[in-house]
Amino acid sequence: MQISSRQLDKTTIFDLSGDIDLANSPAVRKALLHEVRDNRTPRVVMNLSKVRYIDSSGVASLVEGLKASRDVGSRFILFGLSTSAREVLQLSRLLKIFEVYDNEEQALAG
Amino acid sequence: MIIDYPAWRSKTKEADGNSGGGLLLRLEFQSDPSLLCAVRGTMERLTEAFGFPEPECRAVTRAVDEALTNIIRHSYKGRLDQPIEMLLCCVRRQANGEASDGLEILLCDQGPSIEQADLCMRALEEVKPGGLGLHFIKQSMDIVEYKRTNGTNCLRLVKYVRAAKKSVNS
Repeated sequence: MQISSRQLDKTTIFDLSGDIDLANSPAVRKALLHEVRDNRTPRVVMNLSKVRYIDSSGVASLVEGLKASRDVGSRFILFGLSTSAREVLQLSRLLKIFEVYDNEEQALAG
Repeated sequence: MIIDYPAWRSKTKEADGNSGGGLLLRLEFQSDPSLLCAVRGTMERLTEAFGFPEPECRAVTRAVDEALTNIIRHSYKGRLDQPIEMLLCCVRRQANGEASDGLEILLCDQGPSIEQADLCMRALEEVKPGGLGLHFIKQSMDIVEYKRTNGTNCLRLVKYVRAAKKSVNS
């Protein structure tokens, strides 16, 4: 899995590709929490359009990012969910908890 | 690594009345999370070849991935070099006069005994990280059984191929 980030005004966009599983979810969690807690970025956007699979540890990392963003009063946004990623969030009843958009344009306009 | 596989299977057959099936695949690998993607790839191809529809291929693959994650995290406490054995078999059951094939997956590890209390799931209503893996496994599979035999933890997962719905006019 690869993680890179882009800055756009007061927004950080994380571009992720590959699978998020036990092998790499700690790296996702670390990058997310650093951005939310340490950098206090007002809006953090996760581009998941190239993520094929997310396991429960990946979902846990996203939940931690969401909770941390709520704690500091920032926004935490997901876009580009694959069928598999959407299924996992539905199964865990978390899909409605997250702010989810189809694509980057909608995510930034939302 | 010694695993009492035949004993497990014969008892399983008595318990649920299924006829035994053939071994499709046997994998041995270490408890290294970087290998999970290879196992998922194998499961995706195997479930597709077995005849599961696409959503069920994803569900079975997810269940196996989560079960292996649990073994690595909880049974082996994150150690990377511990043995895991995975056996995939075809089983058949008779239900309501109809036979259906199923995929049986046995995941075996040599970690300490898992207490039932450790197999906890958090309530889905709670928004907090963790505790989702077992939910995913139970939601995905028809049978989920845990057993410890001769120092080996064995998790047995079974998913049956649903018969195609008959047309009203046929």
